[in-house]
Amino acid sequence: MMIADEKYIFKPETQRKLFILIGVGILLLVLGIVLSNMGGHAEEKHAADEIAKSLVASAEKPAEHAAEAGHEGAGEHHGAGPVWLQRVFSSLWHNNIFFAGIGIIGLFFISIQYAAQAGWSAPIKRIPLAMGHWIPFAGILTLIIWFVVKGHVFHWTHADLYAEGEHGDAILKGKGAYFYWPMAVGSFPIFYVLRMVVFFGLWYWFFTWIKKEMLAEDVDGSQQHWFTARKISAYFLVVFAVSSSVAAWDWVMSIDPHWFSTMFGWYVFASWWVTGLATITLIVVNLKGAGYMKMVTQNHLHDLGKFVFAFSVFWTYIWFCQFMLIYYSNLPEETIYFVQRMRTSPYAWIFYANVFLNFVLPFLLLMTRDAKRQMSMLKVVCPIVIVGHWFDFYNMVTPGTMKGNGGVGFIEIGLALIFMGLFLYVVLNALSKLQLVAKHHPFMEESLHHHI
Amino acid sequence: MESNKHFIVGIFEDEDVLLKAVENSRDKGVKIHEVYSPFPVHGLDEALGYKRSRLPIAAFLFGMTGTSLALLMQFWMLGYDWPMIIGGKNHASLPPFVPVTFELTVLLAAFGMVGTFFIVSDMKPYKYPRQFDLRSTDDKHVMAIDLANNKLSKDELASILKSNGASEVNEKNF
Repeated sequence: MMIADEKYIFKPETQRKLFILIGVGILLLVLGIVLSNMGGHAEEKHAADEIAKSLVASAEKPAEHAAEAGHEGAGEHHGAGPVWLQRVFSSLWHNNIFFAGIGIIGLFFISIQYAAQAGWSAPIKRIPLAMGHWIPFAGILTLIIWFVVKGHVFHWTHADLYAEGEHGDAILKGKGAYFYWPMAVGSFPIFYVLRMVVFFGLWYWFFTWIKKEMLAEDVDGSQQHWFTARKISAYFLVVFAVSSSVAAWDWVMSIDPHWFSTMFGWYVFASWWVTGLATITLIVVNLKGAGYMKMVTQNHLHDLGKFVFAFSVFWTYIWFCQFMLIYYSNLPEETIYFVQRMRTSPYAWIFYANVFLNFVLPFLLLMTRDAKRQMSMLKVVCPIVIVGHWFDFYNMVTPGTMKGNGGVGFIEIGLALIFMGLFLYVVLNALSKLQLVAKHHPFMEESLHHHI
Repeated sequence: MESNKHFIVGIFEDEDVLLKAVENSRDKGVKIHEVYSPFPVHGLDEALGYKRSRLPIAAFLFGMTGTSLALLMQFWMLGYDWPMIIGGKNHASLPPFVPVTFELTVLLAAFGMVGTFFIVSDMKPYKYPRQFDLRSTDDKHVMAIDLANNKLSKDELASILKSNGASEVNEKNF
């Protein structure tokens, strides 16, 4: 069967909707900043002090210990600048890492499909490919935002922590080489920045390489492109296995530099992966709803639904492993992480909502075969998973940066909408320039007869 | 030996011919007892008009039984019957119970599902299954029709099978 040339048309109405989305985001952001400057400030400070007291009272020894080890009390001496600015910086970093992950997962999904020689996914591979176009933007944004927010988000960047003698921070001095090698600790974190550049560079390089092969296949129909793409995928998966883990330590775990978890690389990956899968599914379902991709049947949706279902459970498994290990060993320098997240507002309700949104709801709603095969159910569950994991990342980033001053308000929602608008604009724009469906994919025939 | 079950057995070489034959025979009002094939044939369940299995529902109920049993057991043992302090934790606290709960859920769901499957498939120990044609385990597809369930005569059924591409039509009595 010949595949008709099909192209996604990025209509002006859709573009206008995205601009409105970004506009609303900017409006909310400005509103949030104005509101927190109009008297909200003092109240927030007061609330923060109250929370800090209750934190110390309820956590007793662990909190005291951590306060000694990491001077992480709410009245922190490094938290220079008004609360609203810290919130903007913290939220910028949170949204940037969240959406960067979704973009990278586009490439990762394609690699998995090639490496596993999967046939079913042949007609939908262009959607993760379009998502991969976010990688260069994410790379540039990450670098810029990192240099802007580092003093507010990354405690370890303060040079005075590495002072000689008793004034310095013994733990960070021990870990300093991981950031500053080969230069002196407390100077410019060249090793850290280099990793950031190298990871995004590698990911972008692999992305352009695999994209070249996929598009060349459309033109000359040679099967050699498929074999080359499979080889590239195998290399990329090895690179990604290491780089995604290290990236998770660098960009998320180092926000709480005294704390560590051996599960953390997996945890961030699992969260990115299931969010990416939900995004792919949501875009496919919406395109199909708009009349594109007639060859995508219930059977393909079923497979996508199974992916979202299975990896929601996988994320829960990782989440529980991390929690369980720390709960059982009960070491103060580890438990402080969960004490912050389970006993202080607003992180406590997000902590429990996280498990509910990302495990209970997808698990029950997507359990039956019929649910996975219906567009209406996928349209409900995928947004739940995406929003749920946005909160998951919120709780990874914000308690470490904002301490008792955190909140989910206009600032956070506004920035999320801005990032969402930009991400969707880049992805849909890229999609409109590709063939929507691969033309000479060797597994296309198999996928058209896909039946489960 | 006196036999009381009479079957017409059609042998098919090719799964596409078999699928067509199943559809055509059912259109003509033939009630098919069962089809045996050496490998899974896609679309055969739909062609035979089989309803979806309710095994997943059974699995869910068995799983829920496992979850409840595990939680009840642990809370009763460690919270009430014989409270023990382990690692300084509360007597009855949820996190350490989760792995056991998970395992019992999986165990009961799996055992329950296998047991249910054996019962509904009539696979008892020491039960010798009917073999319509041993070649169905090798390279032939076998369609069995119970004469008692069909109004059509033996010859009419045989000719329907023949005309739909059966390579052989045999009789089998049990």
